[in-house]
Amino acid sequence: MLFKLLDKDEFKNLVNILLQSNEVIAPKQVGVNVTGKTLHQYLPVTSFDEIDLTYETTQYSAKTYFLPYKENLSTYRFDEKDWKQEIRYRQEPRVMLGLHACDIHALLKLDKVLARDNFPSPYYIARRKNAFIIGIDHEPCEGGFCRSLGTDTVNNGFDLFLTDLGERYFVSINTDLGYRVLLQVKTKDVTEEDTRKYLLTRKSISDAFQTHVNVQNLPNLLDLEFESKVWNKWGQKCLSCGSCSMVCPTCYCYGVTERVSMDFKSGAKVKQLYSCNLVDFATVAGGHNFRPNRETRLKYRYYHQHRGFVESYDEPKCVGCNRCGRVCLAEINPPDIIRDIQMEER
Amino acid sequence: MKIPLYHYDIMKEREIQQPVDFNRHRRLKHTDKTFKAEISSITTLTDMEKLFHLRILDEAERERFTFLPGQFVMLEVPGYGEVPISISGSPSNKGLIELCIRKAGTVTGVLHKAKRGALVGIRGPFGTHFPLEKMKGYDILLIAGGLGLAPLRAPIFAVTENRPDYRKVDIMYGTKDPSQLLFDYQYEQWRRIDGVNLHIIVEKADDKWTGDVGLITKLFDKIEIVPHETYAIVCGPPVMFKFVCAYLSKIGVPMDRMFVSLERRMHCGMGKCCRCNIGSTYTCIDGPVFDYWTVMNLKEAI
Repeated sequence: MLFKLLDKDEFKNLVNILLQSNEVIAPKQVGVNVTGKTLHQYLPVTSFDEIDLTYETTQYSAKTYFLPYKENLSTYRFDEKDWKQEIRYRQEPRVMLGLHACDIHALLKLDKVLARDNFPSPYYIARRKNAFIIGIDHEPCEGGFCRSLGTDTVNNGFDLFLTDLGERYFVSINTDLGYRVLLQVKTKDVTEEDTRKYLLTRKSISDAFQTHVNVQNLPNLLDLEFESKVWNKWGQKCLSCGSCSMVCPTCYCYGVTERVSMDFKSGAKVKQLYSCNLVDFATVAGGHNFRPNRETRLKYRYYHQHRGFVESYDEPKCVGCNRCGRVCLAEINPPDIIRDIQMEER
Repeated sequence: MKIPLYHYDIMKEREIQQPVDFNRHRRLKHTDKTFKAEISSITTLTDMEKLFHLRILDEAERERFTFLPGQFVMLEVPGYGEVPISISGSPSNKGLIELCIRKAGTVTGVLHKAKRGALVGIRGPFGTHFPLEKMKGYDILLIAGGLGLAPLRAPIFAVTENRPDYRKVDIMYGTKDPSQLLFDYQYEQWRRIDGVNLHIIVEKADDKWTGDVGLITKLFDKIEIVPHETYAIVCGPPVMFKFVCAYLSKIGVPMDRMFVSLERRMHCGMGKCCRCNIGSTYTCIDGPVFDYWTVMNLKEAI
């Protein structure tokens, strides 16, 4: 990895240059909630002033731009008894600016499932490889437990990564493209003093984490506590709305439906993100539902996050961003469930 | 000033330019490209089930399509939907895909209305298969309950077509009542094969039924099983294979020599949609064929 220093004025220049010829997605303030807290989303921006890099977190994760809520897997043109199938993948490059470490880790986890495992997804890969990612360090967000999951810092999965040192950014350069893009503006070499400042900033961020969760023993514990009453307690609260999966940066499950145009001349096979908490998630032909109870569905969500994924990839699927906890209407907070399960042990 | 960002064109990848072959799991491919196939023949089996013969139209695609007993395909009727269906035919019958389909929902409903010559889309084959190689030189139990005969018919073909590779073969089949018996026109053929015994039982007899009556496990009274010399394939509803496997386990057949085929909701067949996921296990990739020991460890399988 190479490192450079970038004055904030030069950074603004860089963003303006990128904006001139590319689609740029960046954190943007979209409102204020009842307690006065600002709300942000990753949205397309057209000027530097729209971007708010001091954002705490976004409501939706950056996943939206890699696994859109809805997309056509293929389209059909019907002609009498015959049809023609068409498949298209997204090709245009896009700048993803201001991603936090957790969102970059989430993409690395999604890569394992969607880009490297069995049946790599061309839909995902086309989006992923056309994304130019600029990450940024930040103070811990409220309730976030990424530090417990080792996702508070990131070493790959981005092109450039910024750490705010006040007047300028400390830039980690991870790709050749990142390096070439940076050549368009004025940068400075990193001095020993800058490195010290950078390390101090990093330390103060990592010392600021309030929420800690032990996840090491979860794979085994979730098996042992499969019948635990804890699941009933939290399951009874769950409204089975699926919001947690929608905002989750690593949830990738989906359902497929087919649409036909009003004139019957065309149709589409539509992929739509789903949630394992929705009631018909595991219903099979004939009507049998393998998971009719909400506590079972909630349990399987945790089972996938903290046991199943670990078994397959040696790491939890969760990145600890706690978006699911924030969005939950029933106030189901993942650290609370995990602590409850661990209390069962004693 | 402009910064030309790297423009990645996935269509330039060598792998994706190769013909789509779902047997090559790791190769980058058009995962949602379907092989266009025509319904070449329809056989009515019962009021609820029909056997469809499909023929892939493109000759090269037809040549490449090979499967092993126990695997399934995703069958798409454009405009209606896509469903996972296990293959019922013989792996040696190249170019012909036989699917036994129960009328159960939107897609299967419209298929039951379809006429010969209608076009459907196929992706696959997907999933694991019954380990017929390992079973060579052993006694074979092929056990089906209800619609379970649909996936079991593929290994029945494989075993009977390679008769010398296996020792004694017992086919056991049970349904609720005689009207639900599938493939009844093939029983005589199976019975006449040397060393193949067919045992059929129904839970409720009608006026004409002269055979056995009761649950499928009752058939075990008639069969001599040498536990350490036996492999079993069991297809049917969970409640049925649970009792069958429990019996076999009790008499000493190792659990890793019993194979079952699980049914789950599926929207992709490729380990992506998660609908068939049981903890960390994808029924579409790690299954649908599992040995019974693995099934015992899947918390929700039965």
